[in-house]
Amino acid sequence: MKSRPALRDAAIATLALIVVLAIPLLHRSPAFEDFIIRLSAMALFATSLNLLIGNAGMVSFGHGLFYGLGAYAFALTMQLTELSLPVAIVVAMLITALAALGVGAICVRLGTDYFAFITLAVQMLFYSIIISWQSLTGGDQGLRGGIPRREIFGFELASQLHLYQFCAVIAVLGLLVLRHISASPFGQTLRMIRDNENRAGFLGIVLWRARLAAFTIAGAFAGVGGVLAALFVSGAYPELADWPNSGQAIFAVMLGGVNSFLGPVLGAMILLALNDVVTRFTEYHGLVLGLVILGFALGLRRGVLDFLKVAWPGRSR
Amino acid sequence: MKLEIRNLTKSFGGVRAIDDVSLSFPSGSLSAVIGPNGAGKSTFFNLISGAFPADSGELLLDGRDIIRLSRTERMHRGIGRAFQVASCFPTMTVQENLMAAVTAHLRQWGNLSHRFPPPGVRGRAEAVMELVGLTEVRNVQAAILSHGDQKLLDIAIALALEPRVLLLDEPTAGMGPDERWRMIERVRRLWQQRQLTLVFIEHDMDIVFQIASTIRVLCYGRVLAEGTPDEIRNNQAVIEAYLGTEADAA
Repeated sequence: MKSRPALRDAAIATLALIVVLAIPLLHRSPAFEDFIIRLSAMALFATSLNLLIGNAGMVSFGHGLFYGLGAYAFALTMQLTELSLPVAIVVAMLITALAALGVGAICVRLGTDYFAFITLAVQMLFYSIIISWQSLTGGDQGLRGGIPRREIFGFELASQLHLYQFCAVIAVLGLLVLRHISASPFGQTLRMIRDNENRAGFLGIVLWRARLAAFTIAGAFAGVGGVLAALFVSGAYPELADWPNSGQAIFAVMLGGVNSFLGPVLGAMILLALNDVVTRFTEYHGLVLGLVILGFALGLRRGVLDFLKVAWPGRSR
Repeated sequence: MKLEIRNLTKSFGGVRAIDDVSLSFPSGSLSAVIGPNGAGKSTFFNLISGAFPADSGELLLDGRDIIRLSRTERMHRGIGRAFQVASCFPTMTVQENLMAAVTAHLRQWGNLSHRFPPPGVRGRAEAVMELVGLTEVRNVQAAILSHGDQKLLDIAIALALEPRVLLLDEPTAGMGPDERWRMIERVRRLWQQRQLTLVFIEHDMDIVFQIASTIRVLCYGRVLAEGTPDEIRNNQAVIEAYLGTEADAA
Protein backbone atom coordinates (compact mmCIF):
# COMPACT_ATOMS: atom_id res chain seq x y z
CA MET A 1 0.00 0.00 0.00
CA LYS A 2 1.80 3.09 -1.22
CA SER A 3 0.15 6.40 -0.69
CA ARG A 4 1.25 9.57 -2.43
CA PRO A 5 3.37 11.04 0.40
CA ALA A 6 5.45 7.85 0.40
CA LEU A 7 6.07 8.20 -3.33
CA ARG A 8 6.97 11.85 -2.87
CA ASP A 9 9.54 10.98 -0.21
CA ALA A 10 11.00 8.27 -2.41
CA ALA A 11 11.20 10.72 -5.31
CA ILE A 12 12.99 13.33 -3.20
CA ALA A 13 15.42 10.71 -1.92
CA THR A 14 16.14 9.46 -5.46
CA LEU A 15 16.72 12.97 -6.69
CA ALA A 16 19.07 13.79 -3.81
CA LEU A 17 20.96 10.57 -4.42
CA ILE A 18 21.33 11.26 -8.15
CA VAL A 19 22.71 14.73 -7.43
CA VAL A 20 25.18 13.47 -4.83
CA LEU A 21 26.34 10.63 -7.06
CA ALA A 22 26.68 12.93 -10.08
CA ILE A 23 28.94 15.48 -8.42
CA PRO A 24 32.18 13.39 -8.52
CA LEU A 25 31.56 12.63 -12.18
CA LEU A 26 31.79 16.35 -12.91
CA HIS A 27 34.41 17.37 -10.42
CA ARG A 28 36.59 15.36 -8.05
CA SER A 29 37.23 16.96 -4.67
CA PRO A 30 38.63 14.70 -1.94
CA ALA A 31 37.65 17.17 0.78
CA PHE A 32 34.04 17.26 -0.40
CA GLU A 33 33.89 13.49 -0.73
CA ASP A 34 35.26 13.06 2.79
CA PHE A 35 32.67 15.49 4.00
CA ILE A 36 29.81 13.53 2.46
CA ILE A 37 31.13 10.24 3.81
CA ARG A 38 31.33 11.63 7.33
CA LEU A 39 27.97 13.31 6.88
CA SER A 40 26.38 9.98 5.91
CA ALA A 41 27.46 8.45 9.19
CA MET A 42 26.53 11.50 11.25
CA ALA A 43 23.17 11.97 9.52
CA LEU A 44 22.06 8.42 10.35
CA PHE A 45 23.37 8.85 13.90
CA ALA A 46 21.56 12.15 14.53
CA THR A 47 18.33 11.25 12.70
CA SER A 48 18.02 7.98 14.60
CA LEU A 49 18.50 9.92 17.84
CA ASN A 50 15.76 12.29 16.77
CA LEU A 51 13.33 9.38 16.49
CA LEU A 52 13.74 9.31 20.27
CA ILE A 53 14.01 13.04 21.00
CA GLY A 54 11.67 14.58 18.44
CA ASN A 55 9.09 11.83 18.06
CA ALA A 56 9.00 10.18 21.45
CA GLY A 57 10.33 12.94 23.72
CA MET A 58 12.99 10.56 25.08
CA VAL A 59 16.25 12.50 25.46
CA SER A 60 19.00 9.87 25.44
CA PHE A 61 22.48 11.03 26.43
CA GLY A 62 24.01 7.69 25.56
CA HIS A 63 23.19 7.25 21.90
CA GLY A 64 26.93 7.14 21.06
CA LEU A 65 26.99 3.68 22.61
CA PHE A 66 25.17 2.25 19.61
CA TYR A 67 27.20 4.26 17.13
CA GLY A 68 30.40 2.94 18.64
CA LEU A 69 29.04 -0.56 18.99
CA GLY A 70 28.00 -0.57 15.34
CA ALA A 71 31.54 0.41 14.34
CA TYR A 72 33.24 -2.21 16.51
CA ALA A 73 30.75 -4.96 15.70
CA PHE A 74 31.21 -4.35 11.98
CA ALA A 75 34.98 -4.01 12.03
CA LEU A 76 35.43 -7.08 14.22
CA THR A 77 33.03 -9.14 12.11
CA MET A 78 35.05 -8.22 9.05
CA GLN A 79 38.36 -9.02 10.76
CA LEU A 80 37.40 -12.22 12.51
CA THR A 81 35.13 -13.84 9.93
CA GLU A 82 35.01 -14.35 6.20
CA LEU A 83 31.54 -12.86 5.88
CA SER A 84 30.91 -10.54 2.98
CA LEU A 85 30.51 -6.81 3.59
CA PRO A 86 26.70 -6.57 3.31
CA VAL A 87 26.30 -9.53 5.65
CA ALA A 88 28.71 -7.95 8.12
CA ILE A 89 26.63 -4.77 8.03
CA VAL A 90 23.47 -6.72 8.78
CA VAL A 91 25.27 -8.56 11.59
CA ALA A 92 26.44 -5.24 13.08
CA MET A 93 22.92 -3.86 12.82
CA LEU A 94 21.47 -6.91 14.56
CA ILE A 95 24.05 -6.73 17.35
CA THR A 96 23.31 -3.04 18.00
CA ALA A 97 19.57 -3.69 17.85
CA LEU A 98 19.93 -6.45 20.45
CA ALA A 99 22.10 -4.24 22.66
CA ALA A 100 19.56 -1.43 22.36
CA LEU A 101 16.79 -3.86 23.28
CA GLY A 102 18.72 -4.85 26.39
CA VAL A 103 19.64 -1.32 27.43
CA GLY A 104 16.14 -0.10 26.60
CA ALA A 105 14.56 -2.81 28.73
CA ILE A 106 16.32 -1.22 31.70
CA CYS A 107 15.81 2.42 30.74
CA VAL A 108 12.48 3.04 29.04
CA ARG A 109 10.31 2.72 32.13
CA LEU A 110 12.29 5.44 33.91
CA GLY A 111 11.23 9.06 34.15
CA THR A 112 12.79 11.60 31.79
CA ASP A 113 15.71 12.64 34.01
CA TYR A 114 16.67 9.13 35.04
CA PHE A 115 16.33 7.93 31.48
CA ALA A 116 18.92 10.51 30.41
CA PHE A 117 21.26 9.61 33.26
CA ILE A 118 21.05 5.86 32.90
CA THR A 119 21.57 5.93 29.13
CA LEU A 120 24.67 8.02 29.79
CA ALA A 121 25.86 5.66 32.52
CA VAL A 122 25.45 2.57 30.32
CA GLN A 123 27.40 4.28 27.57
CA MET A 124 30.28 5.07 29.93
CA LEU A 125 30.26 1.47 31.06
CA PHE A 126 30.53 0.35 27.44
CA TYR A 127 33.34 2.83 26.85
CA SER A 128 35.27 1.41 29.82
CA ILE A 129 34.82 -2.09 28.44
CA ILE A 130 36.31 -1.04 25.09
CA ILE A 131 39.27 0.54 26.85
CA SER A 132 39.85 -2.43 29.14
CA TRP A 133 39.30 -5.34 26.78
CA GLN A 134 42.56 -4.77 24.94
CA SER A 135 42.92 -8.21 23.43
CA LEU A 136 39.70 -7.79 21.47
CA THR A 137 39.31 -4.05 20.93
CA GLY A 138 42.88 -2.80 21.01
CA GLY A 139 42.02 -0.64 24.02
CA ASP A 140 42.59 3.10 23.75
CA GLN A 141 44.66 2.63 20.58
CA GLY A 142 41.53 1.57 18.78
CA LEU A 143 40.99 -1.45 16.60
CA ARG A 144 43.94 -1.73 14.25
CA GLY A 145 44.77 -3.83 11.27
CA GLY A 146 42.19 -2.15 9.07
CA ILE A 147 39.05 -3.60 7.60
CA PRO A 148 39.70 -6.40 5.11
CA ARG A 149 38.97 -5.31 1.58
CA ARG A 150 36.29 -7.46 0.07
CA GLU A 151 34.75 -6.09 -3.00
CA ILE A 152 30.99 -6.26 -3.41
CA PHE A 153 29.18 -6.03 -6.73
CA GLY A 154 32.34 -4.62 -8.28
CA PHE A 155 32.71 -2.04 -5.54
CA GLU A 156 36.12 -1.71 -3.94
CA LEU A 157 35.64 0.32 -0.78
CA ALA A 158 39.32 1.14 -0.50
CA SER A 159 38.70 3.52 -3.38
CA GLN A 160 37.43 6.81 -2.06
CA LEU A 161 34.98 7.25 -4.90
CA HIS A 162 33.41 3.86 -4.28
CA LEU A 163 33.24 4.46 -0.55
CA TYR A 164 31.59 7.81 -1.25
CA GLN A 165 28.97 6.20 -3.46
CA PHE A 166 28.39 3.37 -1.04
CA CYS A 167 27.94 5.66 2.00
CA ALA A 168 25.60 7.97 0.10
CA VAL A 169 23.38 5.06 -0.94
CA ILE A 170 23.29 3.52 2.54
CA ALA A 171 22.58 6.87 4.20
CA VAL A 172 19.77 7.78 1.80
CA LEU A 173 18.19 4.34 2.14
CA GLY A 174 18.51 4.49 5.93
CA LEU A 175 16.98 7.96 6.09
CA LEU A 176 14.14 6.83 3.85
CA VAL A 177 13.34 3.94 6.18
CA LEU A 178 13.52 6.23 9.22
CA ARG A 179 11.26 8.68 7.45
CA HIS A 180 8.76 5.93 6.80
CA ILE A 181 8.85 4.85 10.46
CA SER A 182 8.40 8.42 11.62
CA ALA A 183 5.40 8.87 9.30
CA SER A 184 3.81 5.51 10.16
CA PRO A 185 1.05 4.98 12.72
CA PHE A 186 3.83 3.87 15.08
CA GLY A 187 5.59 7.22 14.59
CA GLN A 188 2.31 8.95 15.41
CA THR A 189 2.02 6.78 18.51
CA LEU A 190 5.40 8.06 19.69
CA ARG A 191 4.18 11.63 19.24
CA MET A 192 1.06 10.82 21.26
CA ILE A 193 3.23 9.52 24.09
CA ARG A 194 5.42 12.62 23.89
CA ASP A 195 2.38 14.90 23.99
CA ASN A 196 0.33 13.18 26.67
CA GLU A 197 1.35 9.77 27.92
CA ASN A 198 -1.57 9.47 30.32
CA ARG A 199 -4.13 9.85 27.55
CA ALA A 200 -2.10 7.62 25.25
CA GLY A 201 -2.25 4.93 27.92
CA PHE A 202 -6.03 5.27 28.13
CA LEU A 203 -6.23 4.77 24.38
CA GLY A 204 -4.71 1.32 24.75
CA ILE A 205 -1.12 2.13 23.88
CA VAL A 206 1.34 0.09 25.92
CA LEU A 207 3.79 2.85 26.74
CA TRP A 208 6.87 0.81 27.57
CA ARG A 209 6.46 -1.39 24.55
CA ALA A 210 6.25 1.55 22.16
CA ARG A 211 9.23 3.24 23.83
CA LEU A 212 11.29 0.09 23.77
CA ALA A 213 10.55 -0.45 20.09
CA ALA A 214 11.61 3.13 19.34
CA PHE A 215 14.79 2.74 21.37
CA THR A 216 15.68 -0.50 19.57
CA ILE A 217 15.04 0.92 16.10
CA ALA A 218 17.02 4.06 16.91
CA GLY A 219 19.90 1.97 18.25
CA ALA A 220 19.99 -0.19 15.12
CA PHE A 221 20.18 2.82 12.79
CA ALA A 222 22.83 4.51 14.93
CA GLY A 223 24.70 1.22 14.48
CA VAL A 224 24.52 1.59 10.70
CA GLY A 225 25.91 5.10 11.11
CA GLY A 226 28.74 3.54 13.11
CA VAL A 227 29.39 1.06 10.29
CA LEU A 228 29.90 3.94 7.86
CA ALA A 229 32.20 5.64 10.38
CA ALA A 230 34.22 2.42 10.69
CA LEU A 231 34.52 2.22 6.90
CA PHE A 232 35.73 5.83 6.80
CA VAL A 233 38.46 5.42 9.41
CA SER A 234 39.09 1.80 8.38
CA GLY A 235 38.86 0.61 11.96
CA ALA A 236 37.13 1.64 15.16
CA TYR A 237 38.13 3.94 17.98
CA PRO A 238 36.82 4.26 21.54
CA GLU A 239 36.04 7.94 20.86
CA LEU A 240 33.19 6.80 18.61
CA ALA A 241 31.48 5.42 21.72
CA ASP A 242 32.51 8.18 24.09
CA TRP A 243 30.02 10.58 25.59
CA PRO A 244 31.18 13.71 23.71
CA ASN A 245 30.12 11.85 20.60
CA SER A 246 26.60 11.46 22.00
CA GLY A 247 26.76 15.18 22.63
CA GLN A 248 27.60 15.76 18.97
CA ALA A 249 24.43 13.95 17.95
CA ILE A 250 22.36 15.96 20.41
CA PHE A 251 23.93 19.18 19.08
CA ALA A 252 23.14 18.14 15.52
CA VAL A 253 19.52 17.50 16.48
CA MET A 254 19.28 20.81 18.32
CA LEU A 255 20.94 22.86 15.60
CA GLY A 256 18.82 21.43 12.80
CA GLY A 257 15.49 21.19 14.59
CA VAL A 258 13.68 18.41 16.44
CA ASN A 259 10.33 18.79 14.73
CA SER A 260 11.52 18.49 11.14
CA PHE A 261 12.54 15.14 9.77
CA LEU A 262 15.55 16.57 7.92
CA GLY A 263 16.50 18.86 10.81
CA PRO A 264 19.14 16.53 12.25
CA VAL A 265 20.69 16.04 8.78
CA LEU A 266 21.02 19.79 8.39
CA GLY A 267 22.34 20.00 11.94
CA ALA A 268 24.96 17.35 11.16
CA MET A 269 26.00 19.36 8.08
CA ILE A 270 26.35 22.55 10.12
CA LEU A 271 28.28 20.77 12.83
CA LEU A 272 30.72 19.06 10.45
CA ALA A 273 31.23 22.21 8.42
CA LEU A 274 31.89 24.19 11.59
CA ASN A 275 34.42 21.62 12.74
CA ASP A 276 36.22 21.68 9.40
CA VAL A 277 36.28 25.44 9.00
CA VAL A 278 37.01 26.40 12.58
CA THR A 279 39.85 23.93 13.09
CA ARG A 280 41.56 25.55 10.12
CA PHE A 281 41.82 28.84 12.01
CA THR A 282 42.03 28.02 15.68
CA GLU A 283 42.52 25.11 18.01
CA TYR A 284 39.73 26.40 20.22
CA HIS A 285 36.98 24.99 18.05
CA GLY A 286 35.04 23.87 21.11
CA LEU A 287 34.74 27.49 22.15
CA VAL A 288 33.38 28.54 18.77
CA LEU A 289 30.99 25.61 18.70
CA GLY A 290 29.75 26.54 22.14
CA LEU A 291 29.09 30.12 21.05
CA VAL A 292 27.20 28.95 17.97
CA ILE A 293 25.02 26.65 20.04
CA LEU A 294 24.37 29.43 22.55
CA GLY A 295 23.40 31.64 19.64
CA PHE A 296 20.88 29.08 18.44
CA ALA A 297 19.52 28.35 21.89
CA LEU A 298 19.12 31.99 22.94
CA GLY A 299 18.55 33.60 19.55
CA LEU A 300 16.38 31.25 17.51
CA ARG A 301 15.25 29.20 20.50
CA ARG A 302 14.99 26.23 18.16
CA GLY A 303 16.83 24.51 15.34
CA VAL A 304 17.10 26.02 11.87
CA LEU A 305 14.33 24.04 10.15
CA ASP A 306 11.96 24.43 13.10
CA PHE A 307 12.69 28.14 13.04
CA LEU A 308 11.92 28.37 9.33
CA LYS A 309 8.70 26.45 9.87
CA VAL A 310 7.59 28.96 12.48
CA ALA A 311 8.76 31.93 10.41
CA TRP A 312 6.98 30.72 7.26
CA PRO A 313 4.02 28.68 8.42
CA GLY A 314 1.60 27.02 6.05
CA ARG A 315 3.64 23.94 5.34
CA SER A 316 3.24 21.33 7.98
CA ARG A 317 5.94 18.80 8.84
CA MET B 1 -24.66 -1.33 28.72
CA LYS B 2 -25.45 -1.69 32.34
CA LEU B 3 -22.75 -0.66 34.77
CA GLU B 4 -22.91 -2.03 38.28
CA ILE B 5 -20.52 -1.32 41.12
CA ARG B 6 -20.49 -3.48 44.22
CA ASN B 7 -18.68 -2.76 47.49
CA LEU B 8 -15.93 -0.77 45.79
CA THR B 9 -13.19 0.35 48.18
CA LYS B 10 -9.95 2.26 47.70
CA SER B 11 -7.63 3.70 50.34
CA PHE B 12 -4.74 6.09 49.93
CA GLY B 13 -2.38 5.75 52.88
CA GLY B 14 -5.09 5.02 55.41
CA VAL B 15 -7.65 7.44 54.01
CA ARG B 16 -10.64 5.68 52.52
CA ALA B 17 -11.17 7.69 49.35
CA ILE B 18 -13.88 5.28 48.22
CA ASP B 19 -15.53 3.36 51.02
CA ASP B 20 -17.75 0.39 50.21
CA VAL B 21 -19.60 2.07 47.35
CA SER B 22 -22.34 0.13 45.58
CA LEU B 23 -24.16 1.81 42.70
CA SER B 24 -25.99 0.72 39.59
CA PHE B 25 -26.29 2.63 36.32
CA PRO B 26 -28.94 1.09 34.05
CA SER B 27 -28.25 0.75 30.33
CA GLY B 28 -28.93 4.00 28.49
CA SER B 29 -29.31 6.08 31.65
CA LEU B 30 -28.07 9.63 32.10
CA SER B 31 -26.82 10.08 35.64
CA ALA B 32 -25.04 12.75 37.59
CA VAL B 33 -22.56 12.19 40.40
CA ILE B 34 -22.37 15.11 42.78
CA GLY B 35 -20.79 15.82 46.12
CA PRO B 36 -18.52 18.26 47.92
CA ASN B 37 -14.85 18.64 47.00
CA GLY B 38 -12.82 15.65 48.12
CA ALA B 39 -15.88 13.40 48.18
CA GLY B 40 -14.10 10.88 45.95
CA LYS B 41 -15.92 11.58 42.68
CA SER B 42 -12.83 11.65 40.47
CA THR B 43 -11.34 8.68 42.32
CA PHE B 44 -14.58 6.84 41.61
CA PHE B 45 -14.16 7.51 37.88
CA ASN B 46 -10.50 6.53 38.02
CA LEU B 47 -11.42 3.20 39.55
CA ILE B 48 -14.08 2.47 36.95
CA SER B 49 -11.84 3.42 34.02
CA GLY B 50 -8.89 1.51 35.47
CA ALA B 51 -6.47 4.39 36.07
CA PHE B 52 -5.38 2.54 39.21
CA PRO B 53 -6.51 -0.71 40.84
CA ALA B 54 -9.24 -0.91 43.45
CA ASP B 55 -8.53 -2.49 46.84
CA SER B 56 -11.66 -4.59 46.70
CA GLY B 57 -15.08 -4.73 45.13
CA GLU B 58 -16.69 -5.70 41.85
CA LEU B 59 -17.28 -3.81 38.64
CA LEU B 60 -19.90 -5.46 36.48
CA LEU B 61 -20.38 -4.51 32.87
CA ASP B 62 -23.55 -6.21 31.64
CA GLY B 63 -23.08 -8.70 34.46
CA ARG B 64 -19.42 -9.54 33.81
CA ASP B 65 -16.83 -8.55 36.39
CA ILE B 66 -14.08 -6.45 34.80
CA ILE B 67 -12.39 -5.13 37.94
CA ARG B 68 -9.21 -7.13 37.26
CA LEU B 69 -8.86 -5.95 33.66
CA SER B 70 -6.38 -3.27 32.59
CA ARG B 71 -7.55 0.15 31.47
CA THR B 72 -6.86 -0.91 27.87
CA GLU B 73 -9.08 -3.97 28.11
CA ARG B 74 -11.80 -1.95 29.82
CA MET B 75 -11.58 0.57 26.99
CA HIS B 76 -12.01 -2.20 24.43
CA ARG B 77 -15.06 -3.46 26.34
CA GLY B 78 -16.72 -0.11 26.00
CA ILE B 79 -15.79 2.08 28.95
CA GLY B 80 -14.77 5.56 27.81
CA ARG B 81 -13.88 8.64 29.77
CA ALA B 82 -13.05 12.31 29.43
CA PHE B 83 -11.03 14.24 31.95
CA GLN B 84 -11.59 17.14 34.33
CA VAL B 85 -8.69 19.00 32.72
CA ALA B 86 -9.11 18.50 28.97
CA SER B 87 -6.68 15.76 27.97
CA CYS B 88 -5.67 15.75 24.33
CA PHE B 89 -2.52 15.81 22.20
CA PRO B 90 -1.57 19.49 22.11
CA THR B 91 0.84 19.54 19.16
CA MET B 92 -1.61 17.75 16.86
CA THR B 93 -4.54 19.22 15.02
CA VAL B 94 -8.09 18.27 15.95
CA GLN B 95 -8.23 15.88 13.01
CA GLU B 96 -4.89 14.27 13.90
CA ASN B 97 -6.01 13.87 17.51
CA LEU B 98 -9.06 11.94 16.43
CA MET B 99 -7.29 9.90 13.76
CA ALA B 100 -4.67 8.96 16.35
CA ALA B 101 -7.38 7.88 18.78
CA VAL B 102 -9.15 5.77 16.15
CA THR B 103 -5.83 4.21 15.11
CA ALA B 104 -5.15 3.21 18.71
CA HIS B 105 -8.65 1.84 19.06
CA LEU B 106 -8.17 -0.35 15.99
CA ARG B 107 -5.04 -1.72 17.71
CA GLN B 108 -2.96 -0.26 14.91
CA TRP B 109 -0.70 1.85 17.08
CA GLY B 110 2.33 -0.32 16.45
CA ASN B 111 1.73 -0.47 12.69
CA LEU B 112 4.93 0.16 10.73
CA SER B 113 3.78 -0.89 7.29
CA HIS B 114 1.46 2.00 6.44
CA ARG B 115 1.63 5.72 6.44
CA PHE B 116 -0.44 7.46 9.08
CA PRO B 117 -3.42 7.34 9.03
CA PRO B 118 -3.96 3.66 8.21
CA PRO B 119 -6.95 2.76 6.00
CA GLY B 120 -10.40 3.27 7.43
CA VAL B 121 -9.30 5.73 10.09
CA ARG B 122 -9.97 8.99 8.29
CA GLY B 123 -13.67 8.31 7.83
CA ARG B 124 -14.28 7.34 11.43
CA ALA B 125 -12.43 10.41 12.71
CA GLU B 126 -14.52 12.50 10.33
CA ALA B 127 -17.76 11.04 11.71
CA VAL B 128 -16.78 11.82 15.29
CA MET B 129 -15.80 15.36 14.33
CA GLU B 130 -19.20 15.93 12.79
CA LEU B 131 -20.97 14.33 15.72
CA VAL B 132 -19.47 16.71 18.29
CA GLY B 133 -19.29 19.71 15.96
CA LEU B 134 -15.56 20.24 15.63
CA THR B 135 -15.43 20.11 11.83
CA GLU B 136 -14.74 23.83 11.48
CA VAL B 137 -11.60 23.69 13.60
CA ARG B 138 -10.31 20.42 12.17
CA ASN B 139 -6.95 21.88 11.16
CA VAL B 140 -6.38 23.86 14.34
CA GLN B 141 -3.74 22.66 16.76
CA ALA B 142 -5.28 21.39 19.97
CA ALA B 143 -3.01 23.63 22.07
CA ILE B 144 -4.55 26.79 20.63
CA LEU B 145 -8.20 25.71 20.66
CA SER B 146 -10.57 27.60 22.94
CA HIS B 147 -11.09 26.06 26.35
CA GLY B 148 -14.56 24.85 25.41
CA ASP B 149 -13.34 23.24 22.21
CA GLN B 150 -10.56 21.49 24.11
CA LYS B 151 -13.14 19.98 26.43
CA LEU B 152 -15.16 18.95 23.38
CA LEU B 153 -12.09 17.42 21.77
CA ASP B 154 -11.43 15.46 24.95
CA ILE B 155 -14.95 14.04 24.75
CA ALA B 156 -14.54 13.43 21.03
CA ILE B 157 -11.39 11.39 21.67
CA ALA B 158 -13.37 9.29 24.12
CA LEU B 159 -16.17 8.87 21.55
CA ALA B 160 -13.68 7.81 18.88
CA LEU B 161 -13.19 4.64 20.93
CA GLU B 162 -16.89 3.79 20.45
CA PRO B 163 -17.73 3.53 24.15
CA ARG B 164 -21.00 2.15 25.48
CA VAL B 165 -20.47 3.67 28.90
CA LEU B 166 -19.11 7.21 28.96
CA LEU B 167 -17.76 8.91 32.07
CA LEU B 168 -17.46 12.70 31.87
CA ASP B 169 -15.55 14.39 34.69
CA GLU B 170 -16.98 17.91 34.91
CA PRO B 171 -17.65 18.51 31.22
CA THR B 172 -18.45 22.17 31.92
CA ALA B 173 -15.51 22.93 34.25
CA GLY B 174 -14.10 26.41 33.73
CA MET B 175 -16.85 27.59 31.34
CA GLY B 176 -19.04 30.64 31.46
CA PRO B 177 -22.82 30.20 32.00
CA ASP B 178 -23.83 30.32 28.30
CA GLU B 179 -21.03 28.02 27.24
CA ARG B 180 -22.03 25.57 29.97
CA TRP B 181 -25.52 25.17 28.64
CA ARG B 182 -24.32 24.78 25.07
CA MET B 183 -21.91 22.10 26.22
CA ILE B 184 -24.44 20.21 28.24
CA GLU B 185 -26.95 20.34 25.37
CA ARG B 186 -24.35 18.74 23.15
CA VAL B 187 -23.65 16.10 25.75
CA ARG B 188 -27.34 15.32 26.02
CA ARG B 189 -27.62 15.02 22.25
CA LEU B 190 -24.63 12.66 22.13
CA TRP B 191 -26.22 10.56 24.83
CA GLN B 192 -29.40 10.25 22.77
CA GLN B 193 -27.74 9.61 19.42
CA ARG B 194 -25.24 7.05 20.67
CA GLN B 195 -27.56 5.46 23.25
CA LEU B 196 -24.82 5.72 25.80
CA THR B 197 -24.88 4.91 29.45
CA LEU B 198 -23.63 8.31 30.50
CA VAL B 199 -22.36 9.32 33.93
CA PHE B 200 -21.12 12.82 34.59
CA ILE B 201 -19.65 14.71 37.51
CA GLU B 202 -20.99 18.25 37.78
CA HIS B 203 -20.95 21.09 40.28
CA ASP B 204 -23.59 23.29 38.67
CA MET B 205 -26.82 22.19 40.38
CA ASP B 206 -29.05 23.90 37.81
CA ILE B 207 -27.54 21.70 35.14
CA VAL B 208 -27.68 18.58 37.27
CA PHE B 209 -31.33 18.98 38.22
CA GLN B 210 -32.24 19.93 34.66
CA ILE B 211 -30.77 17.05 32.69
CA ALA B 212 -29.90 14.07 34.92
CA SER B 213 -32.54 11.39 35.23
CA THR B 214 -30.93 10.07 38.39
CA ILE B 215 -28.43 11.60 40.79
CA ARG B 216 -25.86 9.92 43.08
CA VAL B 217 -24.42 11.92 45.93
CA LEU B 218 -20.98 10.99 47.25
CA CYS B 219 -19.62 12.32 50.52
CA TYR B 220 -16.38 11.26 52.22
CA GLY B 221 -16.12 8.31 49.88
CA ARG B 222 -19.56 6.94 50.72
CA VAL B 223 -22.90 7.03 48.94
CA LEU B 224 -24.92 9.64 50.79
CA ALA B 225 -28.03 9.41 48.66
CA GLU B 226 -29.39 8.40 45.28
CA GLY B 227 -32.60 9.17 43.52
CA THR B 228 -34.43 11.40 41.05
CA PRO B 229 -33.72 15.14 41.03
CA ASP B 230 -36.82 15.79 43.11
CA GLU B 231 -35.89 13.23 45.72
CA ILE B 232 -32.35 14.59 46.00
CA ARG B 233 -33.51 18.20 46.19
CA ASN B 234 -35.61 17.36 49.24
CA ASN B 235 -33.22 14.94 50.91
CA GLN B 236 -32.32 16.31 54.34
CA ALA B 237 -28.89 14.64 54.49
CA VAL B 238 -27.92 16.01 51.08
CA ILE B 239 -29.09 19.51 51.98
CA GLU B 240 -26.99 19.44 55.13
CA ALA B 241 -23.88 17.94 53.58
CA TYR B 242 -23.85 19.62 50.22
CA LEU B 243 -26.73 21.65 48.87
CA GLY B 244 -27.13 23.68 52.03
CA THR B 245 -23.52 24.81 52.02
CA GLU B 246 -23.83 25.74 48.36
CA ALA B 247 -26.78 27.95 49.19
CA ASP B 248 -24.91 29.47 52.12
CA ALA B 249 -21.97 30.25 49.93
CA ALA B 250 -24.24 31.89 47.38
